[in-house]
Amino acid sequence: MAHAHKLEIFRGLVKFKSNTQKIWGVLIFLSIITAIEVALGIVKPQFLTHNYVLGMKILNWIFIILTLVKAYYITWDFMHMRDEKASLRRSVVWTPIFLVAYLLFILLVEAQYIYEVYHDGFITWNF
Amino acid sequence: MDSTVTTGTNEKVWGGGNQPLNASYGKLMMWFFLVSDALTFSGFLAAYGFSRFKFIESWPIADEVFTHIPFFHGNYPMYYVAFMTFILIMSSVTMVLAVDAGHKMKKNAVIWYLFLTVIGGAIFVGSQAWEWATFISGDHGAVETRSGRILQFVNADTGERASLADFAKTLPSERTVHENKNGLWFTAEGYMPSYSLAEIEAGLKEHSNIVIRTEDIHQEGEHMGHKTVLSREASLEKIKDGKYVVEGANLIHNEYGNRLFADFFFFITGFHGFHVFSGVIFNLIIFFNVILGTYEKRGHYEMVEKVGLYWHFVDLVWVFVFTFFYLV
Repeated sequence: MAHAHKLEIFRGLVKFKSNTQKIWGVLIFLSIITAIEVALGIVKPQFLTHNYVLGMKILNWIFIILTLVKAYYITWDFMHMRDEKASLRRSVVWTPIFLVAYLLFILLVEAQYIYEVYHDGFITWNF
Repeated sequence: MDSTVTTGTNEKVWGGGNQPLNASYGKLMMWFFLVSDALTFSGFLAAYGFSRFKFIESWPIADEVFTHIPFFHGNYPMYYVAFMTFILIMSSVTMVLAVDAGHKMKKNAVIWYLFLTVIGGAIFVGSQAWEWATFISGDHGAVETRSGRILQFVNADTGERASLADFAKTLPSERTVHENKNGLWFTAEGYMPSYSLAEIEAGLKEHSNIVIRTEDIHQEGEHMGHKTVLSREASLEKIKDGKYVVEGANLIHNEYGNRLFADFFFFITGFHGFHVFSGVIFNLIIFFNVILGTYEKRGHYEMVEKVGLYWHFVDLVWVFVFTFFYLV
């Protein structure tokens, strides 16, 4: 069962000598990302919470992108997706991404509509 | 396709025994399960997003809900859950090291790394239980209005949250918890708040420095992103809408704000916590199997790898739960 491991991350920018070393390297990277997230979550800099890009606070964009980066490295290096065949990788990764993106689109648009009904309707929901 | 082609290298293509994805049956089935489980969790988180978008202007602010650390008093948002996240990532690392040691057939290394993984998982589940207990028992207490909105109390001088005990006036009352031994067995009530609504109202009237904080979040201006604090006059008017005194959170009442927040918190972190718990059990089983030499005899440690996939998936889900419950 001795697989050959690919020992590069960041598209070859960082190379490791052994799989063990790569694991510790990825841990350090994930810890740094978590630390950045927590620090931003506590400080909440105003220029990130008061400015919006595509209808969402910049801070939330940062959180979601960092989360996806973390998810990528957990799947690729801890779950060894990097070493699997492209066909396995694509069927496992793209299927949920497509379905979840679709579900999120539907539910969030619908929720936005319900919010507007609550907000603009003639009935008070606060009494 | 011509099904009679049986020449050369294609001879065994339909005969079974091929691995077009270069992964064993067990590993593929684990990936299958993980994809379906990922969709389940996504469904929960998407439903959470749905409810949150519906009440986007009054949703509780997570920083103000999860503010405690075991053994310390005071206001420390985020730190404990950051610690939990780190523990889970750390146990993911020891798991992947166990898988790596398994590839090299180093039995003792596998045993040690699995042991550390189990410890990490147990710490995480314990922390989760503590987080639940703190959330359920509540913090400052609040009043729920007829429409189900939550009114919290703030000290106008310091701007800090005021607990019910800080200002509620104790009125003489005969009212006690109604137990079924004192009347009809089917009319018992499980729980009675420490203060009655009348006591809160009287206390609010007496303490001129206590004001009400509503669920509504300022959408613009200098207080943007913060909950609305009413003036003294408006507070005395608003308390008349009160219907219940709420301490802590359960599936029906939630002192931190919208009750759906508590429902989703219990449901999503509970489902995740159950995954962690079963992951710990799986890890324990293979831990003992490794000690007994089961995989040594089998000639490979693929079972460690398969359980490892599950364990990393649990970590992966937590990364998302952490973001959408505590950060965003």
